[in-house]
Amino acid sequence: MSFLIDSSIMITSQILFFGFGWLFFMRQLFKDYEIRQYVVQVIFSVTFAFSCTMFELIIFEILGVLNSSSRYFHWKMNLCVILLILVFMVPFYIGYFIVSNIRLLHKQRLLFSCLLWLTFMYFFWKLGDPFPILSPKHGILSIEQLISRVGVIGVTLMALLSGFGAVNCPYTYMSYFLRNVTDTDILALERRLLQTMDMIISKKKRMAMARRTMFQKGEVHNKPSGFWGMIKSVTTSASGSENLTLIQQEVDALEELSRQLFLETADLYATKRIEYSKTFKGKYFNFLGYFFSIYCVWKIFMATINIVFDRVGKTDPVTRGIEITVNYLGIQFDVKFWSQHISFILVGIIIVTSIRGLLITLTKFFYAISSSKSSNVIVLLLAQIMGMYFVSSVLLIRMSMPLEYRTIITEVLGELQFNFYHRWFDVIFLVSALSSILFLYLAHKQAPEKQMAP
Amino acid sequence: MASLDRVKVLVLGDSGVGKSSLVHLLCQNQVLGNPSWTVGCSVDVRVHDYKEGTPEEKTYYIELWDVGGSVGSASSVKSTRAVFYNSVNGIIFVHDLTNKKSSQNLRRWSLEALNRDLVPTGVLVTNGDYDQEQFADNQIPLLVIGTKLDQIHETKRHEVLTRTAFLAEDFNPEEINLDCTNPRYLAAGSSNAVKLSRFFDKIPGFPDRKRFGAGTLKSLHYD
Repeated sequence: MSFLIDSSIMITSQILFFGFGWLFFMRQLFKDYEIRQYVVQVIFSVTFAFSCTMFELIIFEILGVLNSSSRYFHWKMNLCVILLILVFMVPFYIGYFIVSNIRLLHKQRLLFSCLLWLTFMYFFWKLGDPFPILSPKHGILSIEQLISRVGVIGVTLMALLSGFGAVNCPYTYMSYFLRNVTDTDILALERRLLQTMDMIISKKKRMAMARRTMFQKGEVHNKPSGFWGMIKSVTTSASGSENLTLIQQEVDALEELSRQLFLETADLYATKRIEYSKTFKGKYFNFLGYFFSIYCVWKIFMATINIVFDRVGKTDPVTRGIEITVNYLGIQFDVKFWSQHISFILVGIIIVTSIRGLLITLTKFFYAISSSKSSNVIVLLLAQIMGMYFVSSVLLIRMSMPLEYRTIITEVLGELQFNFYHRWFDVIFLVSALSSILFLYLAHKQAPEKQMAP
Repeated sequence: MASLDRVKVLVLGDSGVGKSSLVHLLCQNQVLGNPSWTVGCSVDVRVHDYKEGTPEEKTYYIELWDVGGSVGSASSVKSTRAVFYNSVNGIIFVHDLTNKKSSQNLRRWSLEALNRDLVPTGVLVTNGDYDQEQFADNQIPLLVIGTKLDQIHETKRHEVLTRTAFLAEDFNPEEINLDCTNPRYLAAGSSNAVKLSRFFDKIPGFPDRKRFGAGTLKSLHYD
């Protein structure tokens, strides 16, 4: 009986998550496009719903809501469904939509999408070989095999994003607050931009006039016929069309310059807008910037220490914090009671910020690179990334929870080498942070040089 | 250069509707082989015969400014785009017949472009309201072009072609629907070509401008 009640609660929450994913898709992601393939929207919402359900189950675990056997059952079921979606459905549909875009293969869409999916499965399987993630006692088609591979991909993604974010955040705040942009700077750039456009126009006018005179004289489509035709083509039209190619090259260079000037001007406008908020909001922004910058630097530092001293944290922050307060500060309080609530709050914050951060990043990414042809493929790719990201979040969040709550995750996910994942995360995080530092440094060096050129 | 010498026509519309292909077709009478993203603004020049076929025929340059981007861009990008909207003589709105949202966004594009003169330089601020009275004394001729006509099935054509009727209440623009990969839609003598000529002829002040033959030799010296 209680199982039925628990299941109905779970299903209701899943429907709620599904609705939220649906709305997010319609209102945010596909704001500027017409939704023609509802399959894409359904898949995205389903992936989102099941990913959020996993987090919900963690929270229920901590709070002790629902019967523990029904919790276990729902964990297993949820995991199976998510793996099914991530490994079978989404890659297949990605292949299908890619193939639909190519006109040549339109007739045999299904065949080619199956081929693409098989290629994906092959590489996906091969991925597991170089990593020491499995104990040999597992069978070939067990859940552990799939989860371990999904976990590797997801953890790599998380570490890459976190590494880049940890470096980009202080850099952005520093550059916005240390640069002083005046109106005259912007006006000067705009004038240069308009001057470049004028130069392009005058050259194009020359080209248009030359083309029109050539057309009127009937020279354009002339094939040199006969001996005299060949001699004539060497002397006269050589100068005409060669002139055109020369001017065309100059125009191409000028157009490239105009694009760069446009981007620089947009950048300056963005900087100027931040400066406008010198009010309360601006001070708040400023403070947040300093806080996050320090936090990011601390994270990089901790990752380095973890790798250098070869340690993986054994206790979670909550228990350690409680130990410190009890031992050093001598405050006595009910450890069990408080550890439950504090870990609930901590884990809840981690979950909410990571979901929110991911959705915002996905939206920005989507706006930047999608077009009306490729929007379906890109949304499905994002759904795949989102699913893998959430699954590996569950893997890593295990470290932040006290021992008694870790058991369910360990039970459900099987005998994975969790320590390996944490080590892998630290390594990739550090690599990503260092390469972002290098990348930003190089980009920054190029910018002032461009501004000095006439 | 004095502003009388220039005939500037903006080409506006959402990303991916085919503005660059259209401009290429209009200016070079050829189909654009490899369309790619337009960053910033790309300009092309069309040679136009004013009042073609009459004794007062004159030939002029028309600059087509193809401004890239979407209505939902960051305000910094919008402020940068606004520099291209100065002293405009005509506007061509482009929408994609296979995408309903692109025709709905034309309203916001018209707001952005036509409100330009009312906003001082600096941060661009619009609250998105569509005030019809602001456009009552709008003198700039407008043209609406729908692209990708070849991808619309015959039976759906009527429904699709009435999508831009809402613009007719305020602007009374001309309308052309075509496919940018097929030059025959704008072949000389077709009704589309006639509408196009009529639109360009509507741009005010042609007789005052320097002519094609006379002015060009002197004014092409700032390379």
